[in-house]
Amino acid sequence: MGPVIMRKFNSILVANRGEIAVRIMKTAKSLGYRTIAVYSEADVGALHVRTADEAVLIGPAPVQQSYLDSARILAAAKETGAEAIHPGYGFLSENAEFARACEAAGIIFIGPTAEAIDLMGNKAAAKRRMIAANVPCVPGYEDPDQSDDVLAAAARDIGFPVMVKAAAGGGGRGMRLVHEEKNLIPALESARSEALNAFGSDELILEKAIIEPRHVEVQIFADTHGNVIHLGERDCSVQRRHQKVVEEAPCPVMTPELRQKMGAAAVEAARNIKYRGAGTVEFLLDASNKFYFLEMNTRLQVEHPVTELVTGLDLVSLQIQVAEGAPLGLEQSDISLRGHAIEVRLYAEDTTQDFLPCTGRIEAWEPATGDGIRFDSGIDVGQEISPFYDPMIAKVIAYGESREMARHRLIEALKGSVIFGLTTNRSFLIDVLAEKKFAKGEATTAFIGDLFDEDRLTAKSPDTTEMAMAAVLLYQVERDRARAAAIFTSDQLMDWSSGGVLLTRYVFEAGEARNDVTVSPHRDGSYHVMVDDKPLKVEVMGRGENRAQLTVDGKRKRLHYNTPANSVVELTDDGRTLRFVNTIAFPLSAAGAVGSGHVVAPMHGTLLDVFVKAGDTVEVGTRLAVLEAMKMQHDILAEVAGVVEEVIASAASQVSVGDLLFEIEAAETGE
Amino acid sequence: MATFTSKIAPSSESYAKNRQDMLLLVDQHYKLKDRAKQLSERRRDRFEERGQLTPRERLVRLLDPGMPFLELFGLANYMVDTDDRDKSIPGASSLTGIGFINGIRCMICASDSGINAGAMTQKSGEKLRYCQDMAIDKKLPFVHLVESAGANLLKYQVESWAWGGGGFQRLAKLSAAGIPTFVVLHGPSTAGGAYFPGMSDYVIGIKGRGRASLGGAALVRAATGEISDEEELAGSEMHATTTGLVEYLAEDDAHGLLIARDIIGRLGWNDKCPRPEIKAFKEPVYDPEEIAGTVPVDYRKPYDVREVVARLVDGSDFEEFKPRYGSTLVCLQANIFGQACGIVGNNGPIDPDGAAKGGQFFQLCDQANIPLVFLNNITGYMVGKEYEQKGMIKHGSKMIQAVSNVRVPKITLYIGASFGAGNYGMAGLAYEPDFLFAWPNAMTGVMGGEQAATTMDQVARSGAERKGVPVDEEALAVQKKRLIDHFDSQADAFYTSGRLLDHGVIDPRDSRKVIGFALQTCWEARNRTLQPNSFGVGRL
Repeated sequence: MGPVIMRKFNSILVANRGEIAVRIMKTAKSLGYRTIAVYSEADVGALHVRTADEAVLIGPAPVQQSYLDSARILAAAKETGAEAIHPGYGFLSENAEFARACEAAGIIFIGPTAEAIDLMGNKAAAKRRMIAANVPCVPGYEDPDQSDDVLAAAARDIGFPVMVKAAAGGGGRGMRLVHEEKNLIPALESARSEALNAFGSDELILEKAIIEPRHVEVQIFADTHGNVIHLGERDCSVQRRHQKVVEEAPCPVMTPELRQKMGAAAVEAARNIKYRGAGTVEFLLDASNKFYFLEMNTRLQVEHPVTELVTGLDLVSLQIQVAEGAPLGLEQSDISLRGHAIEVRLYAEDTTQDFLPCTGRIEAWEPATGDGIRFDSGIDVGQEISPFYDPMIAKVIAYGESREMARHRLIEALKGSVIFGLTTNRSFLIDVLAEKKFAKGEATTAFIGDLFDEDRLTAKSPDTTEMAMAAVLLYQVERDRARAAAIFTSDQLMDWSSGGVLLTRYVFEAGEARNDVTVSPHRDGSYHVMVDDKPLKVEVMGRGENRAQLTVDGKRKRLHYNTPANSVVELTDDGRTLRFVNTIAFPLSAAGAVGSGHVVAPMHGTLLDVFVKAGDTVEVGTRLAVLEAMKMQHDILAEVAGVVEEVIASAASQVSVGDLLFEIEAAETGE
Repeated sequence: MATFTSKIAPSSESYAKNRQDMLLLVDQHYKLKDRAKQLSERRRDRFEERGQLTPRERLVRLLDPGMPFLELFGLANYMVDTDDRDKSIPGASSLTGIGFINGIRCMICASDSGINAGAMTQKSGEKLRYCQDMAIDKKLPFVHLVESAGANLLKYQVESWAWGGGGFQRLAKLSAAGIPTFVVLHGPSTAGGAYFPGMSDYVIGIKGRGRASLGGAALVRAATGEISDEEELAGSEMHATTTGLVEYLAEDDAHGLLIARDIIGRLGWNDKCPRPEIKAFKEPVYDPEEIAGTVPVDYRKPYDVREVVARLVDGSDFEEFKPRYGSTLVCLQANIFGQACGIVGNNGPIDPDGAAKGGQFFQLCDQANIPLVFLNNITGYMVGKEYEQKGMIKHGSKMIQAVSNVRVPKITLYIGASFGAGNYGMAGLAYEPDFLFAWPNAMTGVMGGEQAATTMDQVARSGAERKGVPVDEEALAVQKKRLIDHFDSQADAFYTSGRLLDHGVIDPRDSRKVIGFALQTCWEARNRTLQPNSFGVGRL
């Protein structure tokens, strides 16, 4: 037996929320650490709070007053005797000041040194350092002189197209692609203001735009004993407006030689700045296998699970090990990659409305299970996805011995999960994964922009089969609700009338479409359904709380359903969720909210400004107000021309989805 | 207890013949009812034009989808409006039955205003009153969807007016019994009809359509010369704001029905009734669907009634009471949807032993508080010297006395013949069964037409013999045929149901469900506690 080495710390405060907080705590707990959560008023009862051994309320919902308030978090650590802090990703994870404050307070920051964060946090400085270290970089400009003239001259030197980026940034904010010189100055202006808002600094850098590259990043790990290794790469080329959508490991076009070269460059980058812990060196990889340093993320990445699945390592465990001051205990030759892993980010967003973030209460959440399937999520049934935080619901990760196996498992896991209460990007993710170009491993960063245009993203209307299933499910749910309330009846009496068939009628309206659906039970236990003039025979083979198996004209269908309100049914068929509202169950006066003078809030958020007052005349498309939600601004426009009758909305007020904001008396259009 | 072993082979010729004959009658029944529906549906465009729902749509919208519905008096007024079987419209211009609203068992009466604008037929008032009586007896909230042109003055009959007041009297009785009454005023409700909303506990008026006044604009003008606007005179909006007759003003039919569902749901009605302990049970081993092939439609062809019972009761499992004594009256104990009941059937005319056994069996069921189910296929009590001397009158009387006075629920089905005093002993109409339904092959009356004709034939021949005159065979044949027709035309189930001599005709294959529903309705009525008051709730 060797000597007993005492741990430096036995408790970890996780300065984060959601899935990553839960994921970190899982590993920490399994290693025997006491875990402490911090939470805002919006996260009372959240999963990460319930997962922790202790939890401290740190402030109101807005992040500035809670998850970004380092003083409050340090106070929470002191209160609970936390000896180490894991910052997760986002929030304070790449905040050097916070890392310093932890150190000053005698708390171990599970992450790199403040110096490394500072260095890599400034893109310009980072690039200068990497050039010096012989890491291949995209030609560009990253000097402190920020005058328009100097930047324009630099752009000309580099050659268009150029990319304008926030020096302090990440995540695509403050980023602009400029094809022609004449567009440069406006791009600089808007990038500056966005950067200032997002990062508190308006310093910009310029880079040569590499057209249709792959985004390939290398996971590195360094301990405090001088060991630096890489854990292979991740391909995150499938992005939408610079936000990662799909991440996988390994990269489909990787060769051992290229991996060795990129790995060595990444290790050199880390070694050069005396890096510690987990880090990611991002590269652009062009079609001729040339790669360029993009930036280094000095934290655990969102997409770290794909690396875990192909290496068999627990990255959080390694982070803690390094923070304890222990050696990694791994050599580069110990790292071997096995199989393939793909991750998608399941978001609460409406892909049919320009990926508008959505809020709401999770009414049903049953992740699929199966071989090679991993869900990292921080949500639970009954929880609200609020406008205050990132609307990610979960990361869904599939492992397979081959890429195809992983891809198909992931598609099936997405289809097989029950999710209701929120609009999600699930069917978009399935479409991405099923797309031929992606299946063949040929996706570059241009993939989504090229293949998913507005037309393809437009909401598709339900077909007759889906309407028939919706009507039958609504019918049975309403029946069973009554059945539960009744004093005395029997299963055998359901769907029966001694006076012959009773025809239950539903009218589903969506946009312009209006469909008349009738359901009548038949003696043989099936339902005769008419969708307008089309007859269908529907049989319910099995039905649980959220899952049903139906047969429509002999064809078996497995689907998920939810009845969030009276006369409303949501149905998920092959991962696509459709909502049906039986409009005849409501009085005439309540119908027709869309395209009418009733203007309602499209989502939860804060009204920043209101532009009209009672008595104003408005045209179709007149801006009535601006709503801020999910850090984005949305204009609320008039859908009819007329006179504003009543203004219920007021600036700086919080509104919930569906709240009435304005009443417009529509003008007579004349015939 | 033992599972019955059927001797009927669904592959046999007789089964196929029986089934074909029975389904033909079932189809005739559906076609009759469809006649009323089609007639009403012809006005669909008119309803839609006015933004209204059709009467059948209203009924469905009021009810919980998929919950059972027991229609009552579906053939009312059939062959009353006209003697022409092919033209008579059944239903008495209303749709009535017991159904569920938010899980609450209710009595529902809806004007079928697609037919003559919902004008009252000869049997409409009686049908309504019988439904109200059942609502009182079964403690069912009473929901009336009103849209009626009122009485047809061209067909005025003094009796209709005289008895018609009973429809309002019963609303008062319901209210006083602690059973709430509801009216949705979908259309006009004029003159006497105005008392439907007037005397109901809750009134929902449809804006622009629902109207109530003692005299419509035409009558007012005739009476006083006043020219008035219908809305000012009778409109729901006026009643909601000015008179207070309307409690809830609705935008349209659908809205009115939503309000009705809502306020009925808010009564907490089912909180005031205990829930039964429902026992597990097995479906019959023999499919109730097979009933159609089990029973010959001609009551003169004998069959074993236990074959029917085996297709009605849980697990086709029963115990026969005194099978070797008075065996033509079959008495047995079984369960239906888990509820115990005594079942009485006929395998021939009742003899004195059978009558005595029946009387005893009824009393035993009464003692054990077990409901009784009567499956009528009875041509009568035995006649003849032997039977008279064995005390047929005395024993038959005891049986009728017992059936009159048992305190348990009685459910009667006319499944074949139900003649003479046999009908009385088997809980026919006059013995106030809780529920009474007929199969479409059922024949009821004092005796069968053939029997009546043969009897009269015998009387004529005896008279001729006494007088010593020759028998006029030709005249006798004519008389015999006339008698058969006279009797049989009044005996068939459609005719008697049209005269409200039962609660309706049912598909024989639905019998298990009908009996189960009836038993459950009776159970609920007997277990529910009401909070009665003396005068009913006044609209103050």
